[in-house]
Amino acid sequence: MSLNSYRTGPDEKGHFGKFGGRYVSETLMPLVHQVEKAYRDAIKDPDYLAELDELNRQYIGRPNPLYYAERLTEHLGGAKIYMKREDLNHTGAHKINHAIGQVLLAKRMGKTRVIAETGAGQHGVATATVAARFGLECTVFMGAVDIERQKPNVFRMKLLGAEVKPVTSGSATLKDAMNDALRDWVTNVHDTFYIIGTVAGPHPYPMLVRDFQSIIGRETREQLQAQEGRLPDSLVACVGGGSNAMGLFHPFLDDPDVKMYAVEASGHGLDTDKHAASIAGGTPGVLHGNRTYLLQNADGQITEAHSISAGLDYPGIGPEHVWLHEAGRVNYVSATDDEALEAFQLLCRTEGIIPALESSHALAQVMRMAPDLPKDHIIVMNLSGRGDKDIFTVADALGAEI
Amino acid sequence: MSRLTSCFERLAGEKRAAFVTFVTACDPTFDASMEIVRGLPRAGADIIELGMPFTDPSADGPAIDKAAQRALKAGGNMQRTLEIVREFRKTDDSTPMVLMGYFNPIYAYGTEKFCADAAAAGVDGLIIVDLPPEEDEELRLPANAAGIDVIRLATPTSDDARLPTVLDGASGFVYYVAVAGVTGGKSATADDIESAVMRIKSHTDLPVAVGFGIRTPEQAEAIARVADGAVVGSAIVSLIESGLDDSHMPKSGMVKDVLDFTGKLAEGVRAGTKG
Repeated sequence: MSLNSYRTGPDEKGHFGKFGGRYVSETLMPLVHQVEKAYRDAIKDPDYLAELDELNRQYIGRPNPLYYAERLTEHLGGAKIYMKREDLNHTGAHKINHAIGQVLLAKRMGKTRVIAETGAGQHGVATATVAARFGLECTVFMGAVDIERQKPNVFRMKLLGAEVKPVTSGSATLKDAMNDALRDWVTNVHDTFYIIGTVAGPHPYPMLVRDFQSIIGRETREQLQAQEGRLPDSLVACVGGGSNAMGLFHPFLDDPDVKMYAVEASGHGLDTDKHAASIAGGTPGVLHGNRTYLLQNADGQITEAHSISAGLDYPGIGPEHVWLHEAGRVNYVSATDDEALEAFQLLCRTEGIIPALESSHALAQVMRMAPDLPKDHIIVMNLSGRGDKDIFTVADALGAEI
Repeated sequence: MSRLTSCFERLAGEKRAAFVTFVTACDPTFDASMEIVRGLPRAGADIIELGMPFTDPSADGPAIDKAAQRALKAGGNMQRTLEIVREFRKTDDSTPMVLMGYFNPIYAYGTEKFCADAAAAGVDGLIIVDLPPEEDEELRLPANAAGIDVIRLATPTSDDARLPTVLDGASGFVYYVAVAGVTGGKSATADDIESAVMRIKSHTDLPVAVGFGIRTPEQAEAIARVADGAVVGSAIVSLIESGLDDSHMPKSGMVKDVLDFTGKLAEGVRAGTKG
């Protein structure tokens, strides 16, 4: 990969440097190759692109606003803060961007059933939504622990006609849901398309999810050009698997003056064993189809991640993020549960916006950096999702009764 | 000649298939696992597959997943797995021993060091389910250099276009995964398996062993008639589970029950003599 550009990956075998790849069972390999071929064909097909464009506009509601957070900017007293309003998408988060792209691929490949794993439930809701829109059967795997803390999303998926399968193996969270989704996929290869919810998994998923999410960065670029006549100085986004961050960052990777901050969830703190920061606290390994950084012990056993935000509660991260980290292009920082909770409340009160707990981690980083930056420094933060789904968790953390 | 090659040659001379048994190392405890592994050849196992426990066995069904979690809880890890092989080799220098599992624990151990240590312990082959041919060179080259075969998996989705990729670099034997699915799931029909085995054999001279969905002596017999080996895993591992008390410790007679059942499966395989 040439370092003249950070945007040329992955290579033809799906590697970003030494990360990524296709670490799946042989039964799935022919299918993984077919998904790649179908994707490469689709993005050259004007009909596919026109349908995707139409759905982005009329179904998701894109382009969503790039919103100047005036009161938050005043409150923090430094950099000028914009928010990319992915929370205003249909279904309330950025996950719909890649769900639409993938369901069109599934349809193109003649598949009649889609499956997905979900943590916070946002990707599950997005998948159930597009499955309903296109009349496909849908099964969503969700950890039993997550089902408990994301009840509204579980009911949403059921209303949309999806079957929600509780996963009780392992830590009963997102990684275990992904194991069960892989088990289902290998059993139903003939009719099933796996709609993966982040920039991870076997090649081509990290690439295609990134490409579908890159609409976030492309719109941001255009909108900021129209509103400010220039590029942003800093981009900030949260990372679990890393799909919303990748989507915001990718179109700017070759603009050297644009600094990027990806915020991992450090849970109770990086010095504890209760966090979900794979870059800050993980080591290279192979899981769920790709080589990346993982939270694991010395024997290569995967350890449980922790974050107050179910969507960041994953012991790995997309391989392209690891590559960008090692190349030094993106700064990987972290925010704790407490910092995210504080950020959550601040946005409610200053802007009248209830952010997802995931996005609140990005806001915690904005709160940390904005006060010390000059007023002409432009930060764009990805407000990746709305926080209505999190009000029970937040109430619980604040000791409030609903 | 490697233990695997001489095993398959000897059995070809006897006109019968190899009986391959799978258990997870350290399930339910190191000592009980050691006792089972030691007893398998006497019960009729020709080749032993020993599972390397992993937290996230995404190609396995509930029986082997639970076995891995039990083994990890009992302190199972890569060192203990190799220790079982080393101990076994003190009294048995002929039964081939194949380690089966996922790549991450090997990678964490250090791939080259693992290959050297596994060879020294007496490991003959490796089946790593999440390392397809496209990704297995980093393990296959050092393993082969240490004298260990990397067993490739062929599946119902391996069409004639895919098979050459699967077989290029294969050694030891070919493991035919009889159904698209996880371990311990559905069973394929003997007819489907026979035509798949014939198709694979038209591409390679390596022996073809068949696994996934074989649970009874009758099924083992039917597979033994059409393949060079029959693999049973989940059915044996499930017997370990049902032989545990509420605190997950083996009840008396658990090892005997497991080995008795293994003996019945072995009789099935032996009844499947060819021609």
